[in-house]
Amino acid sequence: MAKRQYAFYPGCSSQKGASAANFATSIQLMNDKLDIQLNEIPDWNCCGASIGYGEGSELQRLVLNARNLALAETNLPGQDLVSGCPACWLATREAAERLHNTDHLMADTNEALKEAGLNFKGTVKARHMVEVLVEDIGFEGLKAPVVKPLQEMKIAGYVGCQTNRPFGIAGESFENPMYLDKMIESVGAEAVAYDQKVTCCGGALAFSEPDKSQKQIKDIVEAAYDGGAELIVTPCQLCQANVEIYQSEINKKKGTKLNMPVVYYSQLMTVAYGGSAKEAGLNGQLIKAEKLEKIASK
Amino acid sequence: MSNANSQAVARYQNNFLKEVEERVEDGHWVKMCMQCGVCAGSCPLGNAWEHSPQKIFMMIRAGKREEVLTSDSMWMCTSCYNCIVRCPRQLPITHIMHGLAHYSNRLGMVPKGQPTQEIAKIFWNNLVKTGRVNELKFSLSMYFKDGFVQGIKNALAMQSIGLGLVKAGRLNPMELFGGHKCKDSGAIQKMIAKAREIEDRRHAAS
Repeated sequence: MAKRQYAFYPGCSSQKGASAANFATSIQLMNDKLDIQLNEIPDWNCCGASIGYGEGSELQRLVLNARNLALAETNLPGQDLVSGCPACWLATREAAERLHNTDHLMADTNEALKEAGLNFKGTVKARHMVEVLVEDIGFEGLKAPVVKPLQEMKIAGYVGCQTNRPFGIAGESFENPMYLDKMIESVGAEAVAYDQKVTCCGGALAFSEPDKSQKQIKDIVEAAYDGGAELIVTPCQLCQANVEIYQSEINKKKGTKLNMPVVYYSQLMTVAYGGSAKEAGLNGQLIKAEKLEKIASK
Repeated sequence: MSNANSQAVARYQNNFLKEVEERVEDGHWVKMCMQCGVCAGSCPLGNAWEHSPQKIFMMIRAGKREEVLTSDSMWMCTSCYNCIVRCPRQLPITHIMHGLAHYSNRLGMVPKGQPTQEIAKIFWNNLVKTGRVNELKFSLSMYFKDGFVQGIKNALAMQSIGLGLVKAGRLNPMELFGGHKCKDSGAIQKMIAKAREIEDRRHAAS
């Protein structure tokens, strides 16, 4: 079968040696098994993320994102732009929609893009990796390559914010989206019910307002424990980093004993599809996902 | 008072709503707010805001320019987008808060030392330099933003996490010397400068 082709926008955190390097590792085997081919957009740049607005103006942020869209349109014609990072996806999709809806913004953006020798016609659709899995492959398709069902694993699907709002996955509720639970179930694990599925981890404010963000993180991890989970799974790079990294800080400050591994959906799928712990990027966890490693080594 | 601020004051006199409509990203939505308060109740950091978005909208209409633009409330936005999806009138509240924060920053009215404004600036300057964010330099600039001694303290406090990330292959010490970047970073900088020039031109004409 011919592979499905996408223009891939990895984003800064998924580069080698960056905070989500293990995500980048884990999608390789998953995509091979699902006949997905990601073609990296040449020389892509940062999207401005959710904090760029403080210093970067509306047009400056639009232009940053339009450059990636234009690079995809020019170099990988006909392919949807796909990002694994919710912030990249949100910024790119937001930019594409604003440019479409406002004539002068498209003209202004193209005037600025000329400085980089580019022009954006507006034909590229910006999508999230999860949309590709849910919409193009489908839950049955996600099940097909499973060789090691993750039976007896109880997992809290933590959707967080930006994969879910303001765009979300078509047809899903903002308050209680079900796709991540269905993805967990498609690899044979149990998705537990808990009440912090779409709670904000603090996002970029984990850096600037650590106490306020760590309160959010504590609530999320404790709710996952209360729901009976032994692992948190997320589609978001910043959620993964915040919710995993700061557990030790919270323990120090609050005397708690939080020690919940936090992995990406792609790491689950890679293990279920027969990949090794290394192929699943599990060596990138600060809190080791021991049970998942054990299944991978079987 | 900064130059940009005194010009804005002179131009809009006491019509702050008009100023917001014309100068703030998505500001033309402000008058649509019906004061239901769903945004205030939906914000994850709601209790950290001196003025909720609902209040900010009313204050804009009441002409409370100084109070709004010097407020640090907008900087409490985590970009979770809860308020956007719940607003019954579909105001793009997150964007308006970002827009107000940006505008206040542009006029030099942000309270000194506001931490989110500081990291936003560090982040933006970091990404504009090479076209991509250098996470190591970003973290170090954040730790050292309040001087060398505080920087060492901050770095030591985060040492175990930092070393853990290095060990896990998620933080590369070599990023200090160059690191990831766009080949066309020069053109990216020109493009960003051009965008600013175009915006200034539009504002001068409006």
